[in-house]
Amino acid sequence: MSDKNLKRIYMDHAAGTPLDPRVKDIMEPYLTEEFGNPGGLYREGRRAKDAIENARKTVAGVLNCATDEIVFTSGGTEGDVLALMGVAHAYMEKGRHIVSTNIEHHAVLSTLTALKKEEFEITLVDVEPNGIVDPKKIEAALRPDTILVSVMYANNEIGTIQPIAEVAKIVKKHGAIFHTDACQAAGYLPLDVQRLGVDLMVMNGTKMYGPKGSGALFVRKGVRIKPIFFGGAQEARRRAGTENVPAIVGFAKALKIASEERKKESARLCELRDYFIERLTKEIPRTILNGDARERLPNNVNVSILDIEGEATILYLDSHGIACSTGSACTSESLDPSHVILALGKPYEYAHASIRFSLGRETSKLDIDYVMEKLPEVVKILRKISPITVSENATGMSHPEAFAGEHLRVKAKSRSYK
Amino acid sequence: MADNKQLKGAKIDVINQYTGEKWYYSDIVKDHFFKPRNLLLDAPEENNFDASGMVGSPACGDMMNMWVKIDRESERIKDLKWKTFGCGSAIAATSMYSVMLTENGGLTLAEALKVKPQHIMERLGGLPNRKIHCSVLADKAFHKTANNYFRKTGQYERIVVEGARVVDDRLNITDKDIEEAVLEGAQTLEEVQNKLKVGVGLSQSALTEIEQLVRFYSEKYYG
Repeated sequence: MSDKNLKRIYMDHAAGTPLDPRVKDIMEPYLTEEFGNPGGLYREGRRAKDAIENARKTVAGVLNCATDEIVFTSGGTEGDVLALMGVAHAYMEKGRHIVSTNIEHHAVLSTLTALKKEEFEITLVDVEPNGIVDPKKIEAALRPDTILVSVMYANNEIGTIQPIAEVAKIVKKHGAIFHTDACQAAGYLPLDVQRLGVDLMVMNGTKMYGPKGSGALFVRKGVRIKPIFFGGAQEARRRAGTENVPAIVGFAKALKIASEERKKESARLCELRDYFIERLTKEIPRTILNGDARERLPNNVNVSILDIEGEATILYLDSHGIACSTGSACTSESLDPSHVILALGKPYEYAHASIRFSLGRETSKLDIDYVMEKLPEVVKILRKISPITVSENATGMSHPEAFAGEHLRVKAKSRSYK
Repeated sequence: MADNKQLKGAKIDVINQYTGEKWYYSDIVKDHFFKPRNLLLDAPEENNFDASGMVGSPACGDMMNMWVKIDRESERIKDLKWKTFGCGSAIAATSMYSVMLTENGGLTLAEALKVKPQHIMERLGGLPNRKIHCSVLADKAFHKTANNYFRKTGQYERIVVEGARVVDDRLNITDKDIEEAVLEGAQTLEEVQNKLKVGVGLSQSALTEIEQLVRFYSEKYYG
């Protein structure tokens, strides 16, 4: 379906980034000659241990925290599960209520669902139609038995930046613990945990040109977490298992590079992002930007191109050498449409029609121009195929009658029913 | 990403963003996806078709609209057109289905109703497991279109609706039809009767049951 020599335009950096060659170089010895187990007392072990502790210093430097506040993990999911489960189990005597939002990553939402089965009470605060949570609504959701609040730093699908520092103040005043998933934010937003005021913060390597299977969790001194892995005493008894030395070394290097290049790269990407969004919404009729236009990650473009289905769009774009993603139910394992797009108060057709382009270090204006040369043709074809015309202000699904007798969760007159 | 060595020359298929599962579509699927057959590209003209039907997939929310032209005498399908708000598999499967029903002079209605999703799959050279429901949508749209044809031509006894309860056996109208009429905007027994001609001349107890259904669905969707 595609020409072998076709240039690839990769625009799915929110899903994964290529490994920075500088990171690869620094990791390489730890994949081969520096193979020692950091737990060993002999020279090979000590060298591995030193590498980890140097990496920890680097990470603590970027986050402006102490080295013993950093726990290395296998990535974002492990970080979120360890933070949420860890705090819930350590503080359950104090209370069993947890507050979060309805646009969190599945690593958070699914963990909260699991905690619900352990008789924790979960309150999910709805975000506003621009995809940003109102701190006052978080405050209103707090109860005397609230032990933990979790709000992501920036959303993975629509890139909206949440008012973390403001929420942190509210949570602190209340005496609860505050966790944020910063997987998408790292590399683009400030990570100083003192200024942010967070108690737990999760990052992963593969979103910032580091290795897959790498990540770190910041745990503020005084905050207790119960481990989710059992075994050795690694990571101050918070994460058992032999340390993944090359991944840790690579993660620290990737984070350092990202933080050094952050301001320049963010400014460059913001310009490209705005140029892309302007062309998309101007040149393709009935294309709606999902999420706030200003308070969003520099590399995130997420639009619903009404009336056409995301997977079909992706396959057509792929045949033109373009890689991007969608919130369409057709591509998700559960066949559920994106909960984030639905959280904006849009019907599922918006999620079905959503396309996310996430830009990266190698994205140029020329790449965007190329997409804008191909995408309008693709949209034209797929709109001819489509039998529906979704309203630009729709709050309910366009053809509920097509689902009669299906026991589907349908929306008629902006109310949803099961 | 032109200069990235890791990606250069790599064979990239479509990969699920959450599970990493690869979707290998057969060449036939790709062909039908990129060159769909029998698409209706313009708005349907009033007298061009004998019947139509629109269905949605409860699995993923895809929608399909189908139109047919049927020779009254032979009951052969002379033309079948479709439109879909659906993914690659839905497009390819419906394209293949439209070919199967219209090739070689067209199947008769009775023959066409025997074509099953697995026959579409065979002709397509298979679909990824989690995409099988997409081929069911074409079949479902045709069944609804056929029912629409039977209703329009007064052949009520030939209407077949699976998984639904018949509330008017002369016209073969089911609870599903009532639900659909309500979702289309009818909210009283009278409005539903205007739409479906349901219950005309039925006994009082049958009418009461229909009225209850109308009220039930009205409250469910608009209450």
